Amino acid sequence: METKPVMNPRTAAGVKADKREGRSLWMDSWLRLKRNKMAMFGLFLVTVIILAAIFAPFITKYHPHEQLIWTEGKAAQLQPPSAKHWFGTDIYGRDLFSRVIYGARISLQIGIASMAISVIIGVTLGAIAGFYGGIVDDLISWLINVIFAFPFLLFVLALVAYLPPSMMLMYAAIGIINWASIARVVRGQVLSVKEKEYVEAAVALGGKDFRVILKHILPNVLAPVIVQATLGMGDVIMLESALSFLGFGIQPPTPSWGYEIDQGRQFLLSGQWWWSIFPGFAIMSLVLGFNLLGDGLRDALDPRLKR
Amino acid sequence: MSTYIIKRLLAALPVIAGVIAVVFILTTIVPGDPVRLMMGQRGDPATIERIKEDLGLNKPLWWQFLDFFRRALTLDLGKSYRNNMPVTRAIGQRIPLTAKIALSAMAIAVIMGVTLGIISAVRQYSILDYGSMFVALLGISAPTFWVGLLLVVLFCVKLGWIPGTGTGDGSWIYLVLPVITLGIRPAALIARLTRSSMLEIIRQDYIRTAWAKGLSERVVVMKHALKNAMIPVVTIIGIQTATMLSGAIVTERVFSLPGIGRLSVEALINRDFPVIRGEVLFLALIFVFTNLLVDLSYPLFDPRIKYDR
Repeated sequence: METKPVMNPRTAAGVKADKREGRSLWMDSWLRLKRNKMAMFGLFLVTVIILAAIFAPFITKYHPHEQLIWTEGKAAQLQPPSAKHWFGTDIYGRDLFSRVIYGARISLQIGIASMAISVIIGVTLGAIAGFYGGIVDDLISWLINVIFAFPFLLFVLALVAYLPPSMMLMYAAIGIINWASIARVVRGQVLSVKEKEYVEAAVALGGKDFRVILKHILPNVLAPVIVQATLGMGDVIMLESALSFLGFGIQPPTPSWGYEIDQGRQFLLSGQWWWSIFPGFAIMSLVLGFNLLGDGLRDALDPRLKR
Repeated sequence: MSTYIIKRLLAALPVIAGVIAVVFILTTIVPGDPVRLMMGQRGDPATIERIKEDLGLNKPLWWQFLDFFRRALTLDLGKSYRNNMPVTRAIGQRIPLTAKIALSAMAIAVIMGVTLGIISAVRQYSILDYGSMFVALLGISAPTFWVGLLLVVLFCVKLGWIPGTGTGDGSWIYLVLPVITLGIRPAALIARLTRSSMLEIIRQDYIRTAWAKGLSERVVVMKHALKNAMIPVVTIIGIQTATMLSGAIVTERVFSLPGIGRLSVEALINRDFPVIRGEVLFLALIFVFTNLLVDLSYPLFDPRIKYDR
């Protein structure tokens, strides 16, 4: 995408020149996004949680694995929220605030890592399918339809069960299954963009396919990919929490929100609500953040849509 | 019309073939020897060899693939490693409960989602619009299992309206919370989609014409707009119905229900590969067929479709 400011057309037309700088498409989108209060709230939620994850050791007083029952005795078990333990403690006397803050690291890691894999696979295959058409397109579209048919959660569970336990493999498994929606979006966009004159011109000038796709087509299909990836982050984070809730996700004692909810489940019924409640709010806030931001980005990047 | 149906049916076949192939690949990448896994430490080499022979595991890979393909088409999904029950029967025993919950949840989700979506679109930017869209946003952002737990605490523990989790004496009251839990997400998705789809339609010229003719709001909205706005909604209903069956995994865990979700979890814990494989295949096929049904229903909403494609 050309980021150089363009000349103000009014100046060129001889209308009284004003001091306004030309704005790029991205700047325009950002200004539109900034006006959208809900999207800004989403961006705020996501930013706060990312910062909390990065600076976790500075925010929390306790290590997430530190079991206070060894130092403070049984009194440290299942303490309700207090000034000392904002989110209370669990049965091992671990500070739940620490565990929720550190849990953000897992959720964000899995979201970013697996989404990166999905975007790479999805953009590559989608662009190839859209650009070349014909049998290549048929094959890739078929693969997209096949992948779509699989129940996401069960498929990932089966992969995780079949593969040796490893966090990297889990990221990869989710990423490898989740690319189809991105590929579908990219394919559709490429199909329409490749008919444009500037692409024709690039091809006519003898541009290599790879170069034409990378330099002329992809920058123009980037917007929907960004939207799809942002909205997809919410899905992946939700998926990880479901995996951990079922006991097939991140292995303890590493804190993960879904796992905390599952662990606190039995205590929820006996009145010790904090163990399950706070991690749930954490998941909801992060997913809500990505959803609001994704919705906002869609409206901002594609002004033709209603508003 | 019949050419349309045949075309759609034919289009589904390669997808079904692909689904079976992917499931087979999933099976063959299992590290280690499946027979060893199933026998554990017991099992002398001779028995293991005999079982391998029985399961056709000594045959070449292409033979196994064709064999698996043939069996899958006849819904012969093999037998559970654990209790030797045919996988098809194991699924058959568990599916009625899951289907009952999922279909009820979908029915409620469609009624609520479409209604809220219409109201939000017709009264855009009203308190009602903002309110229901905010609730819908929470609905798609909150993890299903967590919402389920909150409902249990509220209705079973605090209010005591519902006796508890599990199936109890088989009364319908035990299914109320699972149905609500499972229905929230699709209801929210349907509401959002109905709203945006309706908003697009009510700006069309023919809707302006309908208003200009002096038709009542009810007729314009329900007859002229809704029918045209339904196609994306029906699509998401199809996708969500199939997705819900796999979403049952967490819901059934929260409510201790013995449906196919629990079957999957049990199979995963026991590394009962034929059951896992069978379920993945089964649910994927359900997805293909639900979407086929959705495709076939399009002409009901837009008669042009059957001539177009």
